[in-house]
Amino acid sequence: MKLETLKELNTERAARRPVIIVTDTSNGEQRLVKARDFSTDPLRAELAKQLRMGKSGNVEVGGKKLFLNVYAPTAKLVIIGAVHISQALAPLARALDYDVTVVDPRTAFASPERFPDVPLIAEWPDVALPPLNIDHYTAFVAVTHDPKIDDPALLHAFERDCFYIGALGSRKTHAKRAERLRAQGAKESDIARIHAPIGLAIGAVSPSEIAVSIMAEITAQLRLPPKEKEEAA
Amino acid sequence: MLNREEDILKAAEDWQKAGHGVALATVVETWGSAPRPAGSSLVINDDGTFLGSVSGGCVEGAVVTEALDVIASGQPKMLEFGVADETAWNVGLSCGGTIRVFVEKVG
Repeated sequence: MKLETLKELNTERAARRPVIIVTDTSNGEQRLVKARDFSTDPLRAELAKQLRMGKSGNVEVGGKKLFLNVYAPTAKLVIIGAVHISQALAPLARALDYDVTVVDPRTAFASPERFPDVPLIAEWPDVALPPLNIDHYTAFVAVTHDPKIDDPALLHAFERDCFYIGALGSRKTHAKRAERLRAQGAKESDIARIHAPIGLAIGAVSPSEIAVSIMAEITAQLRLPPKEKEEAA
Repeated sequence: MLNREEDILKAAEDWQKAGHGVALATVVETWGSAPRPAGSSLVINDDGTFLGSVSGGCVEGAVVTEALDVIASGQPKMLEFGVADETAWNVGLSCGGTIRVFVEKVG
């Protein structure tokens, strides 16, 4: 690997942009493909597939055996609300290799006793969220049930193009939330991106089961190809 | 965390800048119950210092030896370790899998 390639790779990784290195293993010839060039690359179909799976692998193109090494950023999960569900959700998400942060301005909820080993920010979303550098590789979950906290947080998630946005509440609660967000200038297409009621419909009752249904929905959003994703939703 | 690469690629860059010869070894193919997936890597410098893993400890020693050759020659190499390979068995990929590891010089 050329030093230039390694430097570029490290720069892209530090900026949390995905990169794929294509290597012809017969002679060591190599090129680096940046996120912005994926859609125009001659190998775009193969690149898209490997990237979605977050998996490196081999392809054969024109008699050449190429190794596609995928460097995808670590997925983050931002949880708005240090509630009972979050106490189950945070450790589950960590077991699935997410970087987890919990945000809740209510200090009675956001206490280290309730959330050992999880980064916890006891601030309002307008203070807590900007420094977190929320990006496309972030799943965003709002579960406080309090519009004063959830609504501004959701608006921030729209801005940052999170790959998953979910919010707790029944259909009725969600309809009211959609109205409030609309009144605050949110786009219809953004509001439609909110998964609510949150989680896959698996009949979850306990906080731990709800956490499983949420992580299952997030996993589907991360891994399924676009068409199957529509069917699952 | 199970599937994240530690910052070994940054270490490789730093070693190179500090004037070391550096090689990068990457798992490119696995069969059977290989301990580390394709894309896992090991970086090695000319002191024999290494970071990361390609097999969770079974064949790293052999990969480091080969990497020192690659640093000296500049020619990339494909290594294969598995139960069918007497040497590989000796260095101990006892988990029963087979892996191919691509070793290349950095710089």
